Amino acid sequence: MASESTHAVLQPNVGTAEQHGHHSAQMPTGIMRWVLTTNHKEIGSLYLLFSLLMLFVGGTMALVIRAELFQPGLQYVQPEFFNQMTTMHGLIMVFGAIMPAFVGLANWMIPMQIGAPDMALPRLNNFSFWLLPVAFGILLSTLLMEGGGPNFGWTFYAPLSTTYAPPSTSFFIMSIHLAGISSILGAINIIATILNLRTPGMRLMDMSLFVWTWLITAFLLIAVMPVLAGVVTMMLLDINFGTSFFDAAGGGDPVLFQHLFWFFGHPEVYIMILPAFGIVSLIVPTFARKRLFGYASMVYATASIALLSFVVWAHHMFTVGLPLTAELFFMYSTMLIAVPTGVKVFNWIATLFRGSITFEVPMLFALGFIVMFTIGGLSGVMLAIVPADFQYHDTYFVVAHFHYVLVPGALFAILAGAYYWMPKWTGHYADETLGRWHFWLSVIGVNLTFFPMHFSGLAGMPRRIPDYALQFADFNMISSIGGFLFGFSQLIFVWVLVKAIRGGEKAPAKAWEGAEGLEWTVPCPAPTHTFETPPKFVPEVDSPSRH
Amino acid sequence: MSSQYYVPPTSKWPIIAVVVLGLTAVGAGSLMSYGSGLPFLLAGLVGIAFVMYGWFRDVVNESMGGLYDAQMDRSFRQGMGWFIFSEVMFFAAFFGALFYIRVFALPWLDGQGAKGITALLWPDFTASWPLMNTPDPSIGGPNAVINPWTLPLINTLLLVSSSVTLTVAHHALKEGNRPKLTQWLIVTLALGFVFLVIQGIEYVEAWTQLGLTLQAGIYGSTFFLLTGFHGVHVTIGAIVLLVMLLRIRRGHFSANQHFAFEAGAWYWHFVDVVWIGLFLFVYVF
Repeated sequence: MASESTHAVLQPNVGTAEQHGHHSAQMPTGIMRWVLTTNHKEIGSLYLLFSLLMLFVGGTMALVIRAELFQPGLQYVQPEFFNQMTTMHGLIMVFGAIMPAFVGLANWMIPMQIGAPDMALPRLNNFSFWLLPVAFGILLSTLLMEGGGPNFGWTFYAPLSTTYAPPSTSFFIMSIHLAGISSILGAINIIATILNLRTPGMRLMDMSLFVWTWLITAFLLIAVMPVLAGVVTMMLLDINFGTSFFDAAGGGDPVLFQHLFWFFGHPEVYIMILPAFGIVSLIVPTFARKRLFGYASMVYATASIALLSFVVWAHHMFTVGLPLTAELFFMYSTMLIAVPTGVKVFNWIATLFRGSITFEVPMLFALGFIVMFTIGGLSGVMLAIVPADFQYHDTYFVVAHFHYVLVPGALFAILAGAYYWMPKWTGHYADETLGRWHFWLSVIGVNLTFFPMHFSGLAGMPRRIPDYALQFADFNMISSIGGFLFGFSQLIFVWVLVKAIRGGEKAPAKAWEGAEGLEWTVPCPAPTHTFETPPKFVPEVDSPSRH
Repeated sequence: MSSQYYVPPTSKWPIIAVVVLGLTAVGAGSLMSYGSGLPFLLAGLVGIAFVMYGWFRDVVNESMGGLYDAQMDRSFRQGMGWFIFSEVMFFAAFFGALFYIRVFALPWLDGQGAKGITALLWPDFTASWPLMNTPDPSIGGPNAVINPWTLPLINTLLLVSSSVTLTVAHHALKEGNRPKLTQWLIVTLALGFVFLVIQGIEYVEAWTQLGLTLQAGIYGSTFFLLTGFHGVHVTIGAIVLLVMLLRIRRGHFSANQHFAFEAGAWYWHFVDVVWIGLFLFVYVF
């Protein structure tokens, strides 16, 4: 099957130097080029386009939810279908939009930032990407199956996801397995790339913060995705083979499901935010025209957050009936996370202090991130307080909290990164005017959507319901208007992207005046193959940690 | 650090692997959810075997062709090391479940400890481990469990010895003593094979004579989950070592370049360590 390319490789005198030259000549054309590609930039683009598609699929589901909640009463969808929408919206956004977007950015930027020619294991990279469309094809197809798709919430608590689950649940489990294999292999590839392919002279403490945050994120992925695989396997056995893992009647415990799920789930939260920290830590210094304040403390804070993420999981379960000792332990350990996170926010602000700041679109999104992610972080500290959480638990306050860290948090950082690196990808700057419209409409939309949810939640509105009491009507109407505004504003981004691909203001190699890093030493757009020989790196001049 | 990087050329195997894995997932999903789809599942499994053969064959050929440099070797080593770490975490989830059930869930159902109020569900339930009587009697526990000092002890000795014999084989490889390498690798494989046979005998005994099945409450669930996934891993490890044996007979590997062999050995030692955990916490204590 692959014998053609293998034979070409096995010709005796084809040295490694010629490999690169003949690389593009051997490349298949048309669609097969994308199906077979092992190039980190092409795979990065595939990841990013896939995540953009999933953002709109998951976003459409969010709009179905917001349309139904525009007014009290049942208007458009049945409760059963509403439950499938909340479940699928969460699963698709977490596993299909945010995570693949960060992996796409990692693919594109990590090799260029460390001076590597490609990822360490390029074929594995292709495999990791193409598993995703299959996984999400299977997941989406469950919506059309007898009994409907997953309807138990994206956290799929047993026994809702076992005893009372729709028959399609085994398909759901298979899609989680495929997406999990993709994540684990992708993460292994990223770690091997960072640890093994840095250009000579680049020490760990000379790496960009984006590379550092991804190194730690990849470690988290390898540590917890197998736990997710384990817990869905136990679900599969409970459903199909009569085991009793999550059934107290046989000596098991439904709460065990929650422990295992959140042992995966909490590090997963940081998997979706640490790379965002990395992106913001590059953009803020660029547009403040100063070196990042506290480089080393940023690295240590990231590592601390990652380690703490393994010992905080039960703060998602305060109302399930934990022993008092456990509630206290998980409350204090959770609050501890505010310390390294505070270090980060402090460092970003200190970087801005006395900087020569300009407000290009990437900077706007990065600053929006700092302000609004902090709002989500602070409501997280509120939720960490056990007695307060007894009131907040499973209300819209929680929905407001995690959407603030994921939408103006993770998603804004991804968009900031996209605007920041679009010149490197396409050769053209993103349209500044459209970008500003995109930013400001997104800011207004996101706050209109999620800020009122704090109030409806504190007033007692539960999550995951298609109908609600009359006193929540005003807040929900505002949220729905904001939701549609935010959703349709994202079409501007598609417009910006298409425009930049087709043309626009040409960018030089160093597209931003204050930008630092090896990716700005190669032309815009970056040629298919970069750094075929390791670039020169002098720590005293090039390191972001230099004094 | 080399002055020139090696980037492997494109290959059709990854996309074929995606297709056959997708086929397996769809087949398994529809078989379990709706009772049909066996042909897809079987085709997928055959396809996986085909891909493993083809993809590894290409990599072996490239490696034998001298295309891989020291950097590529390090990437493979790190890849394998992190893969084994992910496997460790996979088993950690199962061990975590076992400990949680034994330390928290069952005593609470019995009325002991901080959440002993759970005993209101089944007031007559008494906790024990192995759990012979489930809280709800309609589920039914096992009649008896496997005695650790019979077959499991033999299996422990077999697997620990196999780690030793594999290390002897590895040293023989490093000394360039190929007859010794082949002999000790065959001994290792034989030990692994006997382990699997004994595990099979134990399973048949458990299922048919002791009433110890997947459906026999939480003891049966954890017993088969942990030993079953371990058995699958022993099988995979044995297949890897068998492939190494075939490659050695074809003259592959040199005294200082044999990472595939080392990767297989790492994996085998990992499976061995998991077994020691199993022997202690599933069988003995």
